[in-house]
Amino acid sequence: MISKRKLLGLAATFGLAGLIPSLAMAKNPFDFQTPVTPIAKETLYIHNLFLIIIAVIFTLCLGILFYSLVMHRKSRGHKSALFTKPTTTKQWIFTIIPFLALAFIDYVVLGIPAFHSILALADTSHADMVVKVTASQWKWQYEYPKDGIKFTSTLSTPQSQISGKQPPDKHFLLEVDHPLVLPTNKKIRIVLASNDVIHAFWVPAFGIKQDAVPGYLRNTWVDIKKPGVYRGQCAELCGVGHAFMPIVVIAKPEAEFTAWLAQQKIKQARAATAENKNFSKRELLARGKSVFKANCAACHQLNGMGIPGTFPPLAEGKAFSASPQMLEQLRKRGFYKNGKIVMGPVKDHVDIVLHGIHGTAMPAFVSQLSDADIAALVTYERNDFGNHTGDVLQPSQVKSIRSTKK
Amino acid sequence: MSAVITSDEHSHDRPRGITRWLYATNHKDIGLMYLLFGLTMFLVGGLLAMLIRMELFQPGMHIMQPELYNQIITVHGLVMVFAALMPVTAGLANYMIPIMIGAPDMALPRLNNWGFWLLPPAAILLVMPWVLELFGIGGGTIDTGWTMYAPLSVQSGMGMDFALFAVFLLGVSSTMASINIIVTIFNMRAPGMTMLRVPLFAWSWLITALLLIAVFPALIAGAVMLLTDRHFGTHFFNAAGGGDPILWEHLFWFFGHPEVYILLLPTAGILPHIFSTFARKPIFGYKAQVYSFCVTGFLSIIVWAHHMFTSGMPASANIYFMFSTMAISVPVAVMFFCWIATIWRGSMTFETPMLFALGYVVLFGIGGLTGLVLSDAVADQQYHNSYFLVAHFHFALFGGPVMGVIAAAYYYLPKITGRMYSERLGKWHFWLTIIGFNVTFLPQFFLGIAGMPRRIPDYALQFSNLNMLSSIGAFVLGASQLLFVINVIKTSIGHGAKADAQVWDGASGLEFTLSSPPPYHSFAKADGNR
Repeated sequence: MISKRKLLGLAATFGLAGLIPSLAMAKNPFDFQTPVTPIAKETLYIHNLFLIIIAVIFTLCLGILFYSLVMHRKSRGHKSALFTKPTTTKQWIFTIIPFLALAFIDYVVLGIPAFHSILALADTSHADMVVKVTASQWKWQYEYPKDGIKFTSTLSTPQSQISGKQPPDKHFLLEVDHPLVLPTNKKIRIVLASNDVIHAFWVPAFGIKQDAVPGYLRNTWVDIKKPGVYRGQCAELCGVGHAFMPIVVIAKPEAEFTAWLAQQKIKQARAATAENKNFSKRELLARGKSVFKANCAACHQLNGMGIPGTFPPLAEGKAFSASPQMLEQLRKRGFYKNGKIVMGPVKDHVDIVLHGIHGTAMPAFVSQLSDADIAALVTYERNDFGNHTGDVLQPSQVKSIRSTKK
Repeated sequence: MSAVITSDEHSHDRPRGITRWLYATNHKDIGLMYLLFGLTMFLVGGLLAMLIRMELFQPGMHIMQPELYNQIITVHGLVMVFAALMPVTAGLANYMIPIMIGAPDMALPRLNNWGFWLLPPAAILLVMPWVLELFGIGGGTIDTGWTMYAPLSVQSGMGMDFALFAVFLLGVSSTMASINIIVTIFNMRAPGMTMLRVPLFAWSWLITALLLIAVFPALIAGAVMLLTDRHFGTHFFNAAGGGDPILWEHLFWFFGHPEVYILLLPTAGILPHIFSTFARKPIFGYKAQVYSFCVTGFLSIIVWAHHMFTSGMPASANIYFMFSTMAISVPVAVMFFCWIATIWRGSMTFETPMLFALGYVVLFGIGGLTGLVLSDAVADQQYHNSYFLVAHFHFALFGGPVMGVIAAAYYYLPKITGRMYSERLGKWHFWLTIIGFNVTFLPQFFLGIAGMPRRIPDYALQFSNLNMLSSIGAFVLGASQLLFVINVIKTSIGHGAKADAQVWDGASGLEFTLSSPPPYHSFAKADGNR
């Protein structure tokens, strides 16, 4: 049998060997991600101050404890004392001092900077611009109200990397199709809203984490001092896609930002006119495929086969069973018959995409997808995965369904 | 019955077989059932933790889908808090408090029986949806995290309803246990044992019981509101109907924060007994500790919203909750001071209970100090819901209460079984636990600081190394707990040297005046007129 000491040594080496590479990274592992806003700098300062203080307290206490463990042991023949409380004035003073020191640390050394930073964080007044961020399961929508620009940002890491069929990219799970673009050196008020459950907007380099609460607006602010790409994630459990709704912010100098904004306006205007035209079937299928990939594949899978028991397949004739609630909804709409998925009416298909299925994980896309997107998506879904309905849907049809319902 | 049985009262009071346990009213039997149930659920919760760490071993989804992952983290949390730690501390209370204060039994034995027997159904309710899923019913168990934040919990599947009913049962069970403990301590003490002579463990449980009665109703009320929101069309947590999702957070944390102290205090009460025994020196600062239990208990009720610093409360609320939270550091520091002063200039030996108690001081020290860091409302924007928080509360809850109940288990195992456990296995258990624990949770502080959110089944590449290290630590930690199980089983079936009444040479207290194991009915005659 291996001796106890050898095994302990082995375990320690094992532990250290694992720690060293991570500790040896260029950055101090005790530091947050490099701060780029005033709040993040203040937070890092407080964090460092805290760590030094608790390290000192811990070392002191541990020192006293270990001194006692070494010196006051029976095996050294130490006889136990019998005191049970401080008795002399001197002892009382020694007893009280640590607690006064602790209170001083709490309320003065840490309390004052903390107090200051709370007020600084809460002050969202005098903002140079406002960005509205709307969270939903499991994507972010960014809106520049003054400029009338609005777009949705979703994870762009392919499913094949998540399932391990392909090696992960450098920014695995931290990359999106449409990042939020913000100007540097401007006080930006971020107004947060949510469409469904509580999410949290967290970008570590900005030092802010703010919950997005459905039905209410929340405010926070950033003033990014350095151009760059900053990555964060949702920080409040929001369902099965919680790990898959990253936040990517690109900070640009003002001139570049203005140029980007102008470009977006043109793009959006072009898209708006394009919405009303009639697409060819091929155009719709191509566009539908990319819309499906970005919005639907996380649950229904790229091949449209869904996940048994949870997410229905989209292929006609495929067997499916799930909660009675979901099956009843599907049956009612004409998408489920005798234990199998069937293709229901186009109108109901569009309705499900627009408004979701209440009481199930199927979300509403009414505010996220344009008429053209939905037309393309529904056309694609009805003509792929082995479906051959031959239906072709145009944006104008979606528009009329959208306006009749709700 | 035959005439062979004479006037032996035991044949009436001690039913044999299954009924001894089903109809148990004896505090020792009920205490044992609590302890065994807690240990079993500790293993169940631990197994779930192993699954979590397996999934997080590498980036990418490997052994499960996110739905199952969310269910596992939720059940891990609920099981560890409600079905493992709380029953174990309640079991210690049931077994030890009467023999510590010289009472013949708990004051309300039938209530005691009911209190225990509500627990297994609650645990079954938590995991049953998984079984039902196998038969194609529903989509598995509760998946919202143990915090059950609305509206996610309104949206969640039927596993949520099972969990809410489990919460109701647990609430009734712990309220009954609490009432019983309060009544016992107030009314059944041996003659001459004034309140300021009551052993610290009993004192700590008294405060715990008062806390439970004060705060559990908030959770139950919240759970009822959630249930009606889910099924009867109310809108308590839905802004569209005039409700507010944040209301749930307030109700939950009004219960949830004191819950931390409900888990902590009983073990903070057992620690001075262990230190005093193995330092062969009386407890230092008995009164100071009693008062700090009271102050900690009170403060714990008025600081709940420090769990909600990122929910968007006004600055004034953040300031209040930050400063009130900092105040807790003072009474907790008093406990630490008294623990160290108790062993200071003692004559120490290092048996397994002492080792675990010392491990408690160090690990819980880290948990407490990082808690001080978390109290800062703005720095909390970085720590909150990151792995820093996960590491912090595991240091606070494993490093504290779990280490504490293991210390207590080794400390009282010879008293309960009449046999000495294997010191060798015990020491292995301790060192592997310490190493496994630190390798698991120290890296998680750094993961949080680097920006990894909690409750995610898959993570970005910069978190890979530390996650793998953490998983390796977790496997060591998990496996080493089996040594404890082996040790308990071996001791219980009669291996090991016979233990005398005193057990430890420095031990004091009424429980050590009884034989080991103690008689089925103790302190019954001294107190015959009751």
